[in-house]
Amino acid sequence: MSTLIRLISHSVLAGTPLLFGTLGEIVNEKAGHLNLGVEGMMAMGACAGFMAGYLSGSLLLSLLFAFLAGALGALIYALLTVTLMADQNVTGLTLTIFGVGLSNFIGQYMLVNTATNTLKLPEALNNRLKALSIPGLSQLPVAGSLLFSYDLFVYLSIAIALLLGWYINHSHSGRNLRAVGENPAAADAAGIHVTRVKYLNLLLGGGICGLGGAYAAMVSNGGVWLSDTVGGRGWIAVALVIFAAWNPVRAILGAYVFGAFSVLKYYVPKSVLSLPNAFYDALPFIVTALVLVISSILQKRKNAQPASVGLSYYREER
Amino acid sequence: MKKLGTVFLTAAFLLSTLGACSASGQAETTTATGAATTAAAATTTAAAAEAETGAETSAAATTEAATTEAADEDGVSTVATTADTAEVVRTPIDKDKIIIGVIHITDPSEGSGYTYTHDVGIQEMQATLGLRDDQIIRKNNVSDSDPSACETAIRECIAEGANVIFATSWGYMDTVEAMAEEYPDVVFCHGTGYKSNDTNFSNYFGRIYQARYLSGIVAGMKTTTNKIGYVAAMGQDNSEVTGGIDAFAIGVESVNPDAKIYVKVTNSWFAPEEESNAAIALIGEGCDVIAQHCDTPNPQLAAEDAGVYGVGYNSDMSKDAPGAVLTSVVWDWGVYYTQAVQQVIDGTWTPTVYYGGMADGLVDISPLSDLVAEGTAEKVEAARAAILDGSFNVFDGVLETNDGQTIGTEGGTLDDTTIKSGINWYYRNVVAD
Repeated sequence: MSTLIRLISHSVLAGTPLLFGTLGEIVNEKAGHLNLGVEGMMAMGACAGFMAGYLSGSLLLSLLFAFLAGALGALIYALLTVTLMADQNVTGLTLTIFGVGLSNFIGQYMLVNTATNTLKLPEALNNRLKALSIPGLSQLPVAGSLLFSYDLFVYLSIAIALLLGWYINHSHSGRNLRAVGENPAAADAAGIHVTRVKYLNLLLGGGICGLGGAYAAMVSNGGVWLSDTVGGRGWIAVALVIFAAWNPVRAILGAYVFGAFSVLKYYVPKSVLSLPNAFYDALPFIVTALVLVISSILQKRKNAQPASVGLSYYREER
Repeated sequence: MKKLGTVFLTAAFLLSTLGACSASGQAETTTATGAATTAAAATTTAAAAEAETGAETSAAATTEAATTEAADEDGVSTVATTADTAEVVRTPIDKDKIIIGVIHITDPSEGSGYTYTHDVGIQEMQATLGLRDDQIIRKNNVSDSDPSACETAIRECIAEGANVIFATSWGYMDTVEAMAEEYPDVVFCHGTGYKSNDTNFSNYFGRIYQARYLSGIVAGMKTTTNKIGYVAAMGQDNSEVTGGIDAFAIGVESVNPDAKIYVKVTNSWFAPEEESNAAIALIGEGCDVIAQHCDTPNPQLAAEDAGVYGVGYNSDMSKDAPGAVLTSVVWDWGVYYTQAVQQVIDGTWTPTVYYGGMADGLVDISPLSDLVAEGTAEKVEAARAAILDGSFNVFDGVLETNDGQTIGTEGGTLDDTTIKSGINWYYRNVVAD
């Protein structure tokens, strides 16, 4: 029982950076853009957030800079794919290479200029990033460790997911966003400013991805800077979007399930079930493939990818 | 027009990223059946004989010492230095003319791990010998699973005038062997593998298990739950990792027979997230000391976060997690690099298989922190003395594995070939689940 509780709470921690990345990518895809640059935007957010925290010691500045850096990555992407109509896949891949490279470059520049060859967040900031202890709630027997003993980012990611769920499905701007993602020509004819909607939502998604990077750099790595800090989680986030059926609220569950996959091998005793580690590493992708197969059999339009994803919108060709 | 602009911008974007692109994945040493061809054979019996007579007088000789391995009567392998007996066998290279190419698998500024530690050794060598910056050529992020990357890096070094090549990762081995044949005038030294030739290609590694034994004592003294966690990069089939775990476990048992070592394998030398996850899981199971054989300080940081303790690896990780690290198992590669380059300068370099230990200063544990249990220092010093005077060799006598087998013989000790490539069993107090 206690192993199960530990596995669940560990899954939430491992799933949180995935959740940020997934939410960002959902917003991007809702705008009709398959952005394979999640990993790069997360890396840029990781670097900017970490360095802002390292230099200022302020959590707020960290979050702000992580968001801005992610949005900056998305701005490059938006400029190329929306305004210049470049191929979305190629641009996204390039953004990943660029973001990861830039983040490592800045990180190493900062590292070699330290006396101890280590970049560690200031103590006070580090303590604010640790698991919260809510008086009266965190001490509850089961619910305490399952619900009330995570760090700030975990609650922030859930809040963002719920807000996005409302934004996309129930707000006026969200309706415009969905219209642009499904059929930009029709949206344009209806008087929606397609380019503006695309830019705003690409930047918003990029910023959210940046926050996920900050989580990876500042919390998952215990407050010490490491190269390649995002470590492929951006790619899993892209797969998770499909698993979550483009639904931000479902993404919460999906992220924790995928988080569980990534820590499962440390909890399943080899004496009970002996599987090679590589099997656990492949699990998220096997499940994603299964979800794709099942959802394409069911053919539910509500859970499908927005129709114009991947296509450039040429206004002149309407 | 727009399309043209797109193409141009995308191209510029691509180009700008190429330079910053970094390689991932790292392999240091994996087990190899072929390793049986290794080691001691490279040392001639003549050298061994000389080593025994020269051992007494060699204390004063340091940098110019040529290290050879010799087996004494007990079959105990010792390292002896033969300072006075080294002959000039190659054309000496003027100190100003020597150029050293270093092939790194990641970037030295990674922080505290494998490449960082190697590069600190290179810097130490440079400072000791007084070489200029332009005499060291570094090739960073050279993939060790892509032979062409290693070959290109080596050829570039040689084109820039390198006459000594240090290749630090296991996977470079075959490429280095081929390059050594092609460039007979260049000295090639490959870290962690088992291949060498008899002219210009040597191999170097160290007895890190000695330091791991000492760190086991530190951990065994500290634990109160009698559960010690160990984050391992590779599984049971990797002799370097598994031998390290066993040495650590023997050290733990020597001071705390009730403690068990719980091993979690990440399957990667450098995987920040995996290493954290493994450590968090171990701490959740009740482990209160977390040791590691992997590259990032994340297991130590996870320990610090949870308020338990740890034993770092590669470099002194107390700079990363001062609230957790009891000590770290550390390398001082400068010992080897300095000696090897000095030999090349003197013309006394021979393609000896180098397997330095604590006596050479190549491996050790970092100074104990204030967090260690009372009486730890005394126990560690006693064990250190026994290792240094050769009366104890860690893998001595009959060893029981955790699946009921026995290894070794009464009064004997495991030979170097077995230690390097043949330890595929866990000691009796290890739980790998």
